[in-house]
Amino acid sequence: MPKRLDILVCSGAACISNDSTTIKNKLQAVLKENNLEEEVAIVETGCMGPCELGPVMLVYPDGVFYIRLKEKDIEEIVKEHVIKGRPVKRLQWTTPEARKIVEERKQIPFFEKQMKIVLSNCGKIDPENIEEYIAVGGYEALAKVLTTMTPEQVIEEMINSGLRGRGGAGFPTGLKWKATRDADGDEKYIVCNGDEGDPGAFMDRAILEGDPHTVIEGMAIAAYAVGAKQGYVYVRAEYPLAVKRLDKAIQQARKYGVLGKNIFETGFDFDIDIRIGAGAFVCGEETALIASIEGKRGQPRPKPPFPAQKGLWGKPTVINNVETFANVRHIILNGSKWFASIGTEKSKGTKVFALSGKVENTGLVEVPMGISIKDLVFEIGGGIPGGKEFKAVQVGGPSGGCVPAEYMDTPIDYESLKKLGTIMGSGGVIVLDEDTCMVNLAKFFLDFTQEESCGQCVPCRIGLKHLFDILDRITKGQGRMEDLETLEKLGEEIRRTSLCGLGQSAPNPVLSTLRYFKDEYIEHIKDKKCRAGVCQFETVKEKETIEEKLKGII
Amino acid sequence: MKLHIPVENPQYQMLKRDIARYRRKPGPLIQVLHRAQEIFGYLPPEVQYFVAQELNVPVSQVYGVVTFYNFFRTEPVAKHVINVCMGTACHVKGAEGIVKAISEELGIKVGETTKDKFFTLSTARCFGACGLAPVIMINEDVFGKLTPEKVKDVIREYREEKQREEREGNN
Repeated sequence: MPKRLDILVCSGAACISNDSTTIKNKLQAVLKENNLEEEVAIVETGCMGPCELGPVMLVYPDGVFYIRLKEKDIEEIVKEHVIKGRPVKRLQWTTPEARKIVEERKQIPFFEKQMKIVLSNCGKIDPENIEEYIAVGGYEALAKVLTTMTPEQVIEEMINSGLRGRGGAGFPTGLKWKATRDADGDEKYIVCNGDEGDPGAFMDRAILEGDPHTVIEGMAIAAYAVGAKQGYVYVRAEYPLAVKRLDKAIQQARKYGVLGKNIFETGFDFDIDIRIGAGAFVCGEETALIASIEGKRGQPRPKPPFPAQKGLWGKPTVINNVETFANVRHIILNGSKWFASIGTEKSKGTKVFALSGKVENTGLVEVPMGISIKDLVFEIGGGIPGGKEFKAVQVGGPSGGCVPAEYMDTPIDYESLKKLGTIMGSGGVIVLDEDTCMVNLAKFFLDFTQEESCGQCVPCRIGLKHLFDILDRITKGQGRMEDLETLEKLGEEIRRTSLCGLGQSAPNPVLSTLRYFKDEYIEHIKDKKCRAGVCQFETVKEKETIEEKLKGII
Repeated sequence: MKLHIPVENPQYQMLKRDIARYRRKPGPLIQVLHRAQEIFGYLPPEVQYFVAQELNVPVSQVYGVVTFYNFFRTEPVAKHVINVCMGTACHVKGAEGIVKAISEELGIKVGETTKDKFFTLSTARCFGACGLAPVIMINEDVFGKLTPEKVKDVIREYREEKQREEREGNN
């Protein structure tokens, strides 16, 4: 459950030398005396910046900044602030600089509306120390599975939980595992997709950097359920720290006997290797990712056969996203019923969103499925900076679309987003205000996907280039009204006929902006006007004169 | 075409040793190319040829993989690579203006290297540092919440600092 208050105690080197540890211990003791442990979370954080004022402490959601704390002050803070809700003025720091830090620190999202399952350890334990993970219940789920459950029971539990893939398409995880278990094959593999390519999404990075063991444990449980002995984590080359932490975590896990041979002396063997990507967006598509692990060009292939039948090296393979694996241990420990009680009818559990763009509080947030866009942007995100008007959110990256402000009461889950013409995707949410031009944004995404197309199939390779060219023309004031129809028709065609998910979803940014912001397209074409002031129109005088000349001739 | 490969060169010797290690694992090509680029800084034809030979795969396959992935370079770059993030959050917060400012400051376009071989200007997809948008990376260092004016200062200061370090290192 979310706590009423989060108290962040700075544990930077300077504050520690100023005795912040005593402050923290005292705080813990006083909270305990007053039976407030359940309501208030203490979080030790890295350096907050104003070292000369240490030890410092921040209280959220109130955003109160306490400085130069002494042990004797703690009693007063708990009595007055925590219990009665009256911040202790005498100890507060209220200069503009302090406000700034309070705002910045909000990037570490400790807000009431959040519910942390996947991110529960991130920022709270030392990711490079397996003992800290074990101390908070780490590898208990694996032990439970190996010693008390059959593989079939594990799969049943996963199916009952209703967990769906967090990488984009939302396929039920339990069914994927079952298909892999049922497939014929002497060898099977577990693959973790950490090729977080959507610009604007960084939850997988945060999980791998902040709590790598939770992914390892999820993979090991999957391996037991489907009968695999080897796993691979595919991580983007752009995330060197994630690779380093994961590598360290794998080595520690081997040393502690939770990876390797005869885990928990049950005869179960499982090990994990890391594979580093090399910068190709299409590798987020599962068959392309598999090709890339095999050391080949990351080109997708038609499905079926699905990876569950023929995956890595032609063997049955479970391929799940980082966030999906991070959910597994919680489902095993707390039960499928608990998990299924969170979220909406068809979308269970929580989802981590990466909130960025034109919003006050940027960062990672974890919320129950079904939260409204409004709550996400205004309650958690703190609204739009500079008094600007909220225009839309872009969800799902280059494969997703825009949801305009009038739909902001829509609950966020797989189905309702699909109805609005976008997808959940990996969970990147980019907030747009009146200064964002929707035509330009569509062009931005098409520029991205047409460049990232692997080039195998014609609709994607040539179709996307055409979509881009038309959008480019419109943003330069050279669009024609019939372009709009072509965009729609071509977009639909590409969606229907492309080989893989990249091509099938790449027209979404165009189609969804056409659906909700057609007037902006028309303004660009007819009035040569960009209401956001983003597009620079080139003069078309010369062209007109040629046309005039032609008219004269004909 | 037969290329001259100076195999006795210590860089090649190092790569050869590492390839022997990777060879035991299945599907090693991409991991080997990562290592090769670490050693050489980029992947010229000689290196690609050498990798093909050592792994016993056709050189066309190596070339195919090298050109497929954005991360692999076939041209040398300067010691300090400036990467401007062009992700969505950075885009809506003015990444274009950042690229333009750097271009002006250094007198080079994206993909080019300064005359003194100090900086290469490049763009990247998304660093996953969207909270700091717009953001650039110079080698491994991240600079966020930039404006066109600020980024010029960042680059000037970075150059001064590195040059000072180099001078001190030489003394």
